[in-house]
Amino acid sequence: MIRRLLLLLPLIGFLVLSVFLYQGLSLNPFHRDSALMARDFPVFDKETLEDPERRVDESLFRGQVTLVNVWGEWCPECKREMPQLLDLADRGIRLVGISYKDTREKGMGFLQDFGDPFEVNIFDPEGDLGFELGVYGAPETFLVDRDGIIRYHHTGYISPEDIRKHILPEVEKWQ
Amino acid sequence: MAVIRLTLAGLALLLMAGLAQAGAIEVREFDDPVMEQRYRSLTASMRCPTCENQAINDSDAPVSRDMRDRIYMMLQDGRADMEIRDHMVERFGDYVLYNPRLDGRTYLLWGLPGGLVVFGGILVVLVVRARRNASARALSEEERARLEALINRGRTP
Repeated sequence: MIRRLLLLLPLIGFLVLSVFLYQGLSLNPFHRDSALMARDFPVFDKETLEDPERRVDESLFRGQVTLVNVWGEWCPECKREMPQLLDLADRGIRLVGISYKDTREKGMGFLQDFGDPFEVNIFDPEGDLGFELGVYGAPETFLVDRDGIIRYHHTGYISPEDIRKHILPEVEKWQ
Repeated sequence: MAVIRLTLAGLALLLMAGLAQAGAIEVREFDDPVMEQRYRSLTASMRCPTCENQAINDSDAPVSRDMRDRIYMMLQDGRADMEIRDHMVERFGDYVLYNPRLDGRTYLLWGLPGGLVVFGGILVVLVVRARRNASARALSEEERARLEALINRGRTP
């Protein structure tokens, strides 16, 4: 009897492996775990896009839940998600932008053309703040809690459905 | 004549393709061949975060360029390879390493091949032992007589 069962071992092994690999087929290959989850927003000291005289640092995120959106004028997806961001601002959520790898003129032009839901925009022409955040393409969006800790990271375009399903519940959770 | 013209056009195209390729990934100067070697192996061991499966030394994505710049800067700063790898993982996650680090989540991954070899070895030893025991056990008087009878029955019609 035991010998018979032993003969079944390869089949069982094969089935287990099949189930495991089959699950892999339905994974999204673009999904990456964010390395910054539950970590402090990186230390920085930057000019704002709007006013070269004004400097901001990570204390910007103390005391209020903030949605930080990394955008660039060169990025078509960023333009497409602006209506959703304006909607979030209308709901009273605080948004801060990072103008990523843009010139000042292009950045300001973008805000004029597509609307400005941001309380302030951090000017990051070299993309070094983006690098600290592990940004590998715009748009990317981070939720920072009132203690300045990153709680949620969305990479890529934010659809109206993403707002309903992910962004709003997360904001609610950390509010 | 037409053939020559065509060949020349083809060569020009190839040359342009080569130039475009050279423009994509920058050439770096190193004073120290060891550092150059380290730069090569570091950039070959990290995966571009936006591309599906391309090392950062082979990718013209902007983020790969930024990562190469950072690696170059950190090497010039005299940082260790380990530090540079950790620096990248802290920002872009474990995804960037082709060879994942050994930690709580990857014990299974690193341990499984060795574990399977050990398991297979134990299995072979057990099977060999079982076989040896089986052949060593001699037939009893009774079994021998029965075997004889069976053989003879087969021979005589």
